[in-house]
Amino acid sequence: MGEEKRVIYLDNAATTRTAPEVVEAMVPYFSEFYGNPSSVYEFSQKSKEAITHAREIIANSLGAKTEEIYFTAGGSESDNWALKAAAEAYKAKGNHIITTKIEHHAVLHTGAWLEKQGYEVTYLDVDENGTVKLEELKRAIRPTTILISIMFANNEIGTIQPIKEIGETARAHGILFHTDAVQAFGQLPIQVDELNIDLLSSSAHKLNGPKGIGFLYIRKGVKIRSFIHGGAQERKRRAGTENVPGIVGYGAAVERAVRTMKERTQKEQALRDYLIDRVLREVPYTRLNGHRTNRLPNNANFSFQFIEGESLLIMLDMDGICGSSGSACTSGSLDPSHVLLAIGLPHEIAHGSLRLTLGEETTKEELDEVVESIKKIVKKLRDMSPLYEDYMRRQ
Amino acid sequence: MYSDKVMDHFQNPRNVGEIEDASGVGTVGNAKCGDIMRIYLDIDEEQVIRDVKFKTFGCGAAVATSSMATELVKGKTIYEALQVTNKAVMEALDGLPPVKVHCSLLAEEAIHAALWDYAEKHGIKIEGLEKPKSDIHEGEEEESEEY
Repeated sequence: MGEEKRVIYLDNAATTRTAPEVVEAMVPYFSEFYGNPSSVYEFSQKSKEAITHAREIIANSLGAKTEEIYFTAGGSESDNWALKAAAEAYKAKGNHIITTKIEHHAVLHTGAWLEKQGYEVTYLDVDENGTVKLEELKRAIRPTTILISIMFANNEIGTIQPIKEIGETARAHGILFHTDAVQAFGQLPIQVDELNIDLLSSSAHKLNGPKGIGFLYIRKGVKIRSFIHGGAQERKRRAGTENVPGIVGYGAAVERAVRTMKERTQKEQALRDYLIDRVLREVPYTRLNGHRTNRLPNNANFSFQFIEGESLLIMLDMDGICGSSGSACTSGSLDPSHVLLAIGLPHEIAHGSLRLTLGEETTKEELDEVVESIKKIVKKLRDMSPLYEDYMRRQ
Repeated sequence: MYSDKVMDHFQNPRNVGEIEDASGVGTVGNAKCGDIMRIYLDIDEEQVIRDVKFKTFGCGAAVATSSMATELVKGKTIYEALQVTNKAVMEALDGLPPVKVHCSLLAEEAIHAALWDYAEKHGIKIEGLEKPKSDIHEGEEEESEEY
């Protein structure tokens, strides 16, 4: 057996490492306190209490009430539930939903499905930084608008949306406001009342929690139908025996994320800026995608002209570096990322994108290695690129 | 996702580069879809491909198929080169994932485009060679914006 290859993990927007203390908190709920929380005997109360405790931690972190937190299997389920159930519950009022062109597919594909069911969906444009234009949002509102769904921060380019202003606009018009906060929750402070958020989706594995557990925040008073029918779990709105270890892990992860947020995000942001500055300075014909400052503390997204993203990712992988790309080749379709096209990038530049998302364990030394690796690989790929050859000939 | 052969040709691509005053040059694909291949051929009086070089903008499979295609036509006559199909390129690479099969087609087309250019320059007709569909003449592709 050879030595294990060192890995520089810069794909924390895809998923994060479950923190050891989170795993530790979960372990007793597999084999020790395995009782079904719905059972009546004393033994199962441990499971029930653990769920209540996790729900309290999460509700407190958002300034919400415990009965407003509904556990789900993750971000995609929460997004599906929020859109489908709100559309159904408010169809007497109208059939119009507003969202954006840069949402996660869990929202975009649900929107497309709702259109087939007879709903009308407006997909707002964003500016070159990926920010929603508030004026355009206001113009899109109709008397039949029942829901506005806009993500808190973008998963690809990291841009943070003007959530407070969007929430105010929604509230002023009596429209429900849902935000997909899968990338933002745990990285940015979120208070649902201050921001007028009615529905919020989140997923544990983005903040050092386990995979397969998420929640949907549903403001009290919002009419929303059951998503999974069956038992009385989650106030009869989401049936099924609770994922007790997952919920416990989620609670532990949120407790930890809140406790470490300030220090962690300050450190990540400083490293992120270091990475961005070095790459833009040292790699020619490169641009940063997303807002320069108003972005997630751990997100950097570049486009390297004349090269293609999948090639870049494979070569980075050979150097032990994990990143991701909006290139079509990594998605299995011919079109590059819808987010990069929405901010106005031409196709060939969108194909050459690289997203690096830092984690709490990322070090400056790792980023130095990554910059050197990027410089070497981009040069190698440009040396074999006909686009670069043509460009240099024209110079 | 890729075979060892594909990874080898991607990591160590054969025949990367340009040929000055090439006998024929073919560029195919389009940047919109994320693949562009350019093949340079040096063909002697006996119609034998003495040298071949390529440049490719594209994914791992695009680079590997270009590299393998150049290996398969090197030293061949133009008629033998015409018989190098995308299937032959794929087989030589021990297969490609289904979504990457188009890369091998592009490699075949790039060879054909370079042969077409050679035939045009020399005023000859190569039996069985059709004008490639996605041929782009040099410098014709859209000017890419600079950042």
